[in-house]
Amino acid sequence: MSTAAVVTGKHAGSLRGARLPKWAPLAIAAVSIALGLGISAAAGLHSKIQWALIAALLHVVGTYGIAARVEGRRQAKDRVATSLVWVAFLLAVVPLASLVWSTVRRGVKVLDLYFLTHSMGVVADSEPGGGIYHAIIGSLEQIGLATLIGAPIGVLTAIYLVEYGRGRLAKSVTFFVDVMTGIPSIVAGLFILSIMLMLDLQPFGFAGSLALAILMMPVVVRSTEEMLKLVPNELREASLALGVPKWRTILKVVLPTSIGGITTGIMLAVARIAGETAPVLLLVFGNPFINNNPFEGAQASLPLYIYQQYSQSAGSPHAFNRAWAASLTLIAFVMILNLAARGIARWKAPKTGR
Amino acid sequence: MAKRIDVSGLTAYYGSHKAIEDISMTIEPRTVTAFIGPSGCGKSTFLRTLNRMHEVTPGGRVEGKVLLDDEDLYGAGVDPVSVRREIGMVFQRPNPFPTMSIFDNVAAGLRLNGMHKKSELQDVVEKSLRGANLWNEVKDRLNKPGAGLSGGQQQRLCIARAIAVEPKVLLMDEPCSALDPISTLAIEDLIGELKERFTIVIVTHNMQQAARVSDRTAFFNLAGVGQPGRLVEIDDTERIFSNPSVQATEDYISGRFG
Repeated sequence: MSTAAVVTGKHAGSLRGARLPKWAPLAIAAVSIALGLGISAAAGLHSKIQWALIAALLHVVGTYGIAARVEGRRQAKDRVATSLVWVAFLLAVVPLASLVWSTVRRGVKVLDLYFLTHSMGVVADSEPGGGIYHAIIGSLEQIGLATLIGAPIGVLTAIYLVEYGRGRLAKSVTFFVDVMTGIPSIVAGLFILSIMLMLDLQPFGFAGSLALAILMMPVVVRSTEEMLKLVPNELREASLALGVPKWRTILKVVLPTSIGGITTGIMLAVARIAGETAPVLLLVFGNPFINNNPFEGAQASLPLYIYQQYSQSAGSPHAFNRAWAASLTLIAFVMILNLAARGIARWKAPKTGR
Repeated sequence: MAKRIDVSGLTAYYGSHKAIEDISMTIEPRTVTAFIGPSGCGKSTFLRTLNRMHEVTPGGRVEGKVLLDDEDLYGAGVDPVSVRREIGMVFQRPNPFPTMSIFDNVAAGLRLNGMHKKSELQDVVEKSLRGANLWNEVKDRLNKPGAGLSGGQQQRLCIARAIAVEPKVLLMDEPCSALDPISTLAIEDLIGELKERFTIVIVTHNMQQAARVSDRTAFFNLAGVGQPGRLVEIDDTERIFSNPSVQATEDYISGRFG
């Protein structure tokens, strides 16, 4: 059969073709890396990025060449696609892993219970000691208040858009939510700052919360909207057909069905604002002392603390260590939030009971 | 308890598209009326106008009268929510609430309408599940999620949920089309029992089913693509299936359609 001969190459009439052994991709990768290192050494290239790129290129080309010889063109393309996916995966994971690794390595130097429970009150930026208690308090209060404002407004807006919104008002709300998504954090900070200046107020934590709430709202609206759209219309109709009013249907059927996803969305929005520095710098200003009252006086926050330890300590290694430890704390905080969101999503997900 | 429905000159739209035109019929209490007809002829739309579910669809609106024992469902000041408490509905695909247990699913209608006494709820749930022939299968796992039941059981759960609020009329939109023959038989038997207490209207694509369960049958058709659906005739089921007065009905029933 002539067509079969074209498809399978050497083994005319057979469904079986030659296959590379399972270890082949790994072997090709190892050889590529070795060659990449060798070429770099020979040519006197010192950058790690250069040899890694050479290795990646060799891997892809080598895979195609070898596979095309042994297995045929179609399988070769398949293998190239697979190796491209792997290269892309590594390119994405390497920076992430290296970021986490260097933060952990440098962060653990001063991170201990003392560090978490003391402020910078009487410690100069260039000296050892001190801690981030005041920044943790500030961050928690500012983020908490921002969430209290931003999450309900965001969720209610999404409910309006999905369940009630028709016509021009809904379209313009959607448009402005999209615009808000693109607001740079510093602009949100400047907006609140202009109000603060009009009212002649001094920096305080709640002002930061307001700016953070502005940044948080569009994220919550978008994610909640998507989650509400996922609730099948049949459930709404089933409830309406039982003679349940629409608002109760939303409250008792639609929201419980999607609560897992909505919570995840809110948590991700919280994680997003937890790292904001610019508006906090403008509105909360920073404060080495513990200030428990978010409504009066300057406060600290974790990202702001990191920034100020780095920029205002004139290169003191102690301040650098503290900045890294605070970074690690912040990453851990965001990670715990994400894990909590996943836990809630799994706990609240509709159950099948099977 | 069951009530009569009188429809006169009913026309329903989706936006500017006219879906059904000028339908008039009477549905007697404690009977089963089946709607048959080709896909897209407006059977389901008409069914949904009977408990004002049609207007839930964006752009859906209705002209004409639907009288429930002399009270116009589309009259001024009529609350669609109270209409739906009188006229319940079972859908094509079983749709138990995924976040609720079997018990909560059946109690949903009552609870969402403000009944909270545990003992009363228990009585109603048991009575409704017995009414839907599901009690024996689920009595030991009332707290398990409703979505864990089989398709046929889920549909009977939805029927139990619908009859728990004691409607006067029960509308069923192809309730067996997603079910196997055994579950279908269970539901058809159930319809026979329920008609002692409720007025039942059922949409079905299964002609044998219409012949088996219904007392009266209405045949819907549409003149052509893009034309609104119309009621061709409504008569006793026996007459429709043996000696219909319109040729189109006979053609459809005997498979010489289109």
